Amino acid sequence: MNGWDWIHWLIFVVVILGFALSMIIVFIWTERKVIGRFQLRRGPNRVGPMGVLQAFADFIKVLTKEDIVPAKADRWVHLLAPIVAFVPALLVLAVVPFRDGSILADLNIGILYVVAIGALGVVGIFMAGWGSNNKYSLISAMRTAAQVVSYEVPVVLSIVGVILITGSLSMVTIVHEQQVPFILLQPLGFLIFFLGTTAEINRSPFDLLEAESEIVAGFHIEYSGMKFALFYLGEYAHAVAASAVITTLFLSGWKGPVLPPVLWFLIKVGFVFWLFLWMRSTLPRLRVDQLMGFAWKFLLPLALFNVFLTGAEVLLWEEKMASWGNFPWPFLFLNLALAGGLIVLWSKFFRLGGGRVEV
Amino acid sequence: MQLEANYGYIALLLIVAIIFAASLIIIPFILSRLGIIPRKPDPVKTSTYECGMETVGKSWVQFNFRYYFYALLFVLFDIETVFLYPWAVHFKQLKLFGLVEMFIFIFVLAIGFVYAWRKGALEWK
Amino acid sequence: MMELKTEPVVINMGPQHPSTHGVFRMRVTFDGEVIVDMEPVFGYLHRGIEKLAEERTYTQVIPLTDRLDYVASMTNNHAYVLAVERLAGITVPERAEYLRVIMDEMMRISSHLLAVGFLLNDMGAFFTPLMYMFREREKLLDLFEMVCGQRLTYNYMRIGGLSHDIPPEFLPALNRFVQEMPHFIDEYDQLLAENEILLARTKGVGVLSRELAINASASGPVLRASGVSWDIRKADPYSVYDRFKFQVPIGTAGDIYDRYWVRIQEMRHSVRILEQAIKGLPSGEVMAKVPPLLRPPQGEAYAHIESPRGELGFYVVSDNSIAPYRLHIRAPTFINLTTLRDLVIGWKLADAVAVFGSIDIVLGEVDR
Repeated sequence: MNGWDWIHWLIFVVVILGFALSMIIVFIWTERKVIGRFQLRRGPNRVGPMGVLQAFADFIKVLTKEDIVPAKADRWVHLLAPIVAFVPALLVLAVVPFRDGSILADLNIGILYVVAIGALGVVGIFMAGWGSNNKYSLISAMRTAAQVVSYEVPVVLSIVGVILITGSLSMVTIVHEQQVPFILLQPLGFLIFFLGTTAEINRSPFDLLEAESEIVAGFHIEYSGMKFALFYLGEYAHAVAASAVITTLFLSGWKGPVLPPVLWFLIKVGFVFWLFLWMRSTLPRLRVDQLMGFAWKFLLPLALFNVFLTGAEVLLWEEKMASWGNFPWPFLFLNLALAGGLIVLWSKFFRLGGGRVEV
Repeated sequence: MQLEANYGYIALLLIVAIIFAASLIIIPFILSRLGIIPRKPDPVKTSTYECGMETVGKSWVQFNFRYYFYALLFVLFDIETVFLYPWAVHFKQLKLFGLVEMFIFIFVLAIGFVYAWRKGALEWK
Repeated sequence: MMELKTEPVVINMGPQHPSTHGVFRMRVTFDGEVIVDMEPVFGYLHRGIEKLAEERTYTQVIPLTDRLDYVASMTNNHAYVLAVERLAGITVPERAEYLRVIMDEMMRISSHLLAVGFLLNDMGAFFTPLMYMFREREKLLDLFEMVCGQRLTYNYMRIGGLSHDIPPEFLPALNRFVQEMPHFIDEYDQLLAENEILLARTKGVGVLSRELAINASASGPVLRASGVSWDIRKADPYSVYDRFKFQVPIGTAGDIYDRYWVRIQEMRHSVRILEQAIKGLPSGEVMAKVPPLLRPPQGEAYAHIESPRGELGFYVVSDNSIAPYRLHIRAPTFINLTTLRDLVIGWKLADAVAVFGSIDIVLGEVDR
C-alpha cells in the first residue's frame, strides 16, 4: 500500500465509524420517538430539544454503571461476547457503497462477504447466552442458533435472484445495474430478504431471543454497564448494516433524482429502518416452532421458486432484448402479481406451528 | 484497485473495530479502578438472576434442543447455495443449459426436502 | 429417531418476572422448550385481608376490599356490601342500585381492556395494543375520579347505598363515552382479530375443555370461553340486572382466542347495559337509613356477583357485634388459576405466558 491507499483507508474508516455511530444514535432516537407515536405517547422529550440528546444522557448513565459479572459465569466468554457481537456489524459496512466510488473495499464477492460476516454477530450472542450461566440466557442462546441457521438459507437464496440479473457479486456493480430499484423486479426476493434479515438481526416479530415476556431479556440478562451498552449498540449497528445492505441490493443504493447521492442513500436507509419499526410496533411475537416453520415451509420454497423464475426471465430477456426496448417492463408486473398470488396461496398450504406435545 | 489491498483495508478495519469495541469495555474498567464507577460486588449481587429465586440445579446441562434436523437441513441447503452463487454469476453465458442443469440439481435436493417435510422433520416437537 | 440423553431443566418464572402480572411464581420443568411440569406457587402478596376484616367495623372493611382485585375494585365493594345488606336485611334505594350497576359495568370494561392489552403484551406485541387500551381506560378512570376522587381504590359503595351521589357533570361525560366506545371496540377488532400472528399464537392453544372448566369450578370469561353459559347476572340476578337486556357471549373452543374474543364481546354488551342504565336512572336518595355502627343480627350470608373475572363471592358471619366474626372471599381468579397446570403442560414456554395472560389474574385477589 502506498501513501494514497493509506489516506483512502483512513478516510473510510472515519466515515464508516462516524456513519455507524451517528446512525446508531439517530436510529435509537427515531425508534423511541416513532414507536412512541405509534403508541400514542410522546417518546423522550426531556433531554435536549425533542429529546435528541437522550442517547447521550443514556450513554453517560450506562458508562458510570457498575459492571456486574455473575459469580458462576464464565468470565472470559462473558467479557468477550459483547465485542464479538458488535464488531461484525461494523465490518459489513466496509463493502457498502455510500455513493459512486465511495466505498472502503469494492470486493468482487461483496454480497458473499456481507452474508458471511453479517451472521457472525450471532456467535457473540451465543457466547453471551452460554457464558452467563443463566437458564434464561441459555434458552435465548439456543433459540438464536436455531433461528440464524434457519433464516440464513432463504436469505442467501433470495440474493441469487439479484445476482442472476446483474451477473456480479460486487455491491457497486449491483447498484449500477439497477435501472429501477430491484424491489420492483424482485418483489418476492425483497420480501424474503427483508423478513430473513429481520430475523437475523433479531428484531420483532422475530425477537425471540430477547422475548421480554418469556425469558425476561434473554442473552443480555446478566450484563450491565458498558457491556450491555455494547450489545445495545451492536443491535442497532446490525440494523444499520442490514438497512444499508437492503438499500444497496433492492432500493438502488445511492441512485435518485435531484438530491445528492449520499442524501438519497441516507433517506433509503432510514426508510428501511422505519419498516423495521413499523413491524416492531404492530406485530406480536411468533413462537419458536412457528418461527422455524416460517423459515423452512414458507420462505425457503418461495426463495427456490424465485431463483428459477428469475433465471427463466433473464434467459427470455436476453433473447428479446432487441425487440422490447431496454427495460423488461412485462416482467415487472408479472413478478408483482406472482409474488402477491404466491404469498396468499402458499400461506394456505401448511400449518405453521406444532400443537400440544404429549408428555 | 488491486484485490489484495481491499482485503488489507478490511483487515485493518477489523483491527480498528476491535480496538473501538474493546476500548468501550476498558474505559469503564479503568474508571472503576480510579474509583469513579462503583465496584462493590457482593454474593447477592453476583448471584444468577432467576426471578428472585435461587437457581435450581445447574444451567449447563445436556439441553434437549430439538433443532438438529434444522442444522442438518441447513448444511444441505447452504452447500447448495454455495454452488448456486458461481452458477448465478455465469448464468448469462450458460444460457438454457445452465437453467436446466441447475433445475435438475435443485430438484434432487427438493425431493430430500419434501421427504424431510413429510417425515415431520420440520415440525418442532 | 435418534435418542439423545437430555435432562429436564427446572426454571423459576416469577416472582420477579415481567409477565407474571405481579408476584406469581411458576416453577416450570421443561424439556427443550416444551413444558413437562408446572407448579404454581401462590402467596407472595398475602396480606391476610380476611383476618384483618375481623378487627374492623363493617364499614371499615370496605377499603380493604378495594385492595383485593385492584383492577376492578368497585366490584369488590359491591359484592361485600351486598353480603352485609343481605345479612342485615337492608333495602337499597333504587338510584343507588342503578348507579352500582353503572359502576360495575364501567369496571368490567376497564378491566377487560387491561386484560386484553396485557394478553397481547405477553405475546410480545411491544406495548402498542396496551397503550391503545389505556387510552379508553384513562377516560373511565377520569369518570371514576369524578365520582369519588380516586382512580384505583375507590371506596365508593356503602352498606345501604353509596357514599354520595354522582356529580352533575358525570352523566354527560359517561354518555359521551358510551357513544364513542363501540367505535373503539371495532377498532380493536380491526387491529387484532385478523392478525395472522395473533391467530397462530392463540387458536387452539391452551384449550380448557368444558368438563375441566366445570370440574375446576372456573367462572367468568374463562368458563364462558369453554362454552358454558353461566353468568351470575343472568343465573342469579342481583341489584337491578334483571331489568336490562343484554346477552352473554359464549365461546366454543375454550382456547386463548376464545377467551380474548369473549372479553371483547362482553365489553360491547357492557356498553349496552350502560346505555339502558343511564336511560332508566331514577332520581332520589342514594343511601338507606343505616346506623353508623351496624350490628347485624347473628347469622351468616353469602352474596356473589359477576365480577370482570368471574364469580366473586363474599361470605360473612355475624355474631351481633360491630365487626364481622368471619369473612371469606371466593376469589374467582384464584379458582380459575387452578386450571393453569393442565392448560400449559405440553405447550411451549411462550404459550405458558400467553395462557397465563388469558386467564387474567390479579395477584391482590389470588393471594388476598
